[in-house]
Amino acid sequence: MSDSLFDRIGGEGAVDAAVDIFYRKVLADDRISEFFDGVDMDKQAAKQKAFLTMAFGGPNNYTGEDMRKGHAHLVARGLNDSHFDAVVEDLGSTLAELGVPNDVIGEVAAIAETTRNDVLGK
Amino acid sequence: MPAIEFEGGQYESEPGESVLDCLTRHGVSVNYSCRAGVCQSCMMVAVEGKPTPVSQLGIRETLKAQDHFLICSCVPETDMTVAVPDRAGSLFETTVVSLDRLSADVIRLRLARPENYDYRPGQFLNLTNAAGISRSYSLASVPELDDFLELQIRIVPDGQVSSWVANGLQVGDSVTISQSAGECSYVPGREQQSLLLVGTGTGLAPLVGIARDALRQGHAGPIHLYHGSSAVEGLYLVDELSAMDRVHENFQYYPCVSRGAVPDGVRAGRAADLVLQDFAKLPGWRAFLCGREDMVKGLQKKIFLAGASMQDIFADPFIEAKD
Repeated sequence: MSDSLFDRIGGEGAVDAAVDIFYRKVLADDRISEFFDGVDMDKQAAKQKAFLTMAFGGPNNYTGEDMRKGHAHLVARGLNDSHFDAVVEDLGSTLAELGVPNDVIGEVAAIAETTRNDVLGK
Repeated sequence: MPAIEFEGGQYESEPGESVLDCLTRHGVSVNYSCRAGVCQSCMMVAVEGKPTPVSQLGIRETLKAQDHFLICSCVPETDMTVAVPDRAGSLFETTVVSLDRLSADVIRLRLARPENYDYRPGQFLNLTNAAGISRSYSLASVPELDDFLELQIRIVPDGQVSSWVANGLQVGDSVTISQSAGECSYVPGREQQSLLLVGTGTGLAPLVGIARDALRQGHAGPIHLYHGSSAVEGLYLVDELSAMDRVHENFQYYPCVSRGAVPDGVRAGRAADLVLQDFAKLPGWRAFLCGREDMVKGLQKKIFLAGASMQDIFADPFIEAKD
């Protein structure tokens, strides 16, 4: 297939459709919601959008170093693999809700997976 | 080819070149990240010239209406003058038209609207006192309806600007204000949408402007305005808002008091709690939240979880100055 994952999934329109659903799932997820207490919601929504863009194979300038720095304060508060898994699960159920086929969800999850060690500071 | 003016410099663009590429090619340092119209970190405002439609995709409606755009995805069709949004402001001299008390600690200050002073109701401006100290106040007036600018100023004990207003300022005095800023305002387009307006204290000011503006523009969906105060004495404009409630079938006004005796027509409880009691699900709603920071931030999250889109929640927390 010549089209990129980002194009196949629907490009920026798909990011816009997914960002509210995904962020709402994350905030309502008792396994991880405490990590979002007290954050600026507008800024956090912009970060969620940037994350989804990256996970959908879209344009981004994230580096592993950014991921490490951006999550270090959460790792110090106990962020671990189980929380990372919860986010990936919420991402998958968001895409399923939007009618994205399972194999494409798998591709997105695989991209998200590449950030695990950096996010968790391993 | 179109020329781009930015912070006093003039830069000639090349065919097919974006505003971002033009500026960076000339060695101008600007903020950007994805270069693909997604991350919005390169957002600027077009002071002169029109941004292309594609450069405004995905931007909040209120910012679009203020000619904000993404310089990475704008290939200019005409000459443009662009600015970083926060630095777009300039100062205006104006005079005091009237000053009166709305409650024991709130003053309504009306200023002459300077020529060419563009604003949207619900935005804020900075008012500078005689000592050169500025504070932000929201605009309760509507440019199409009022020939003055209206601010509702809470008198803060030892507040540098509010005390100056309360104790020194008189009708006819000259004052300095900034250009208006902020994106907490009504944008027409979805006239059947339900609007939720929640404010505490002088958070009422922008909401009054937004409600009047929405009604003026023919908003047909329900508009629910909650004004919260700890004590009944803190409510103000009760008669005016009750009258609006009677005149406009789609406008509902709920004064709320969280402590002490509650007279007829006033609801007992915190405004934010009553909103969530009244409306458990809010998908498709547009919300404006103004006033105390803890109320605004807390309710922003709850309204989002109740189904409203982040793009449709306008939060304007009033942060008190530390000095």
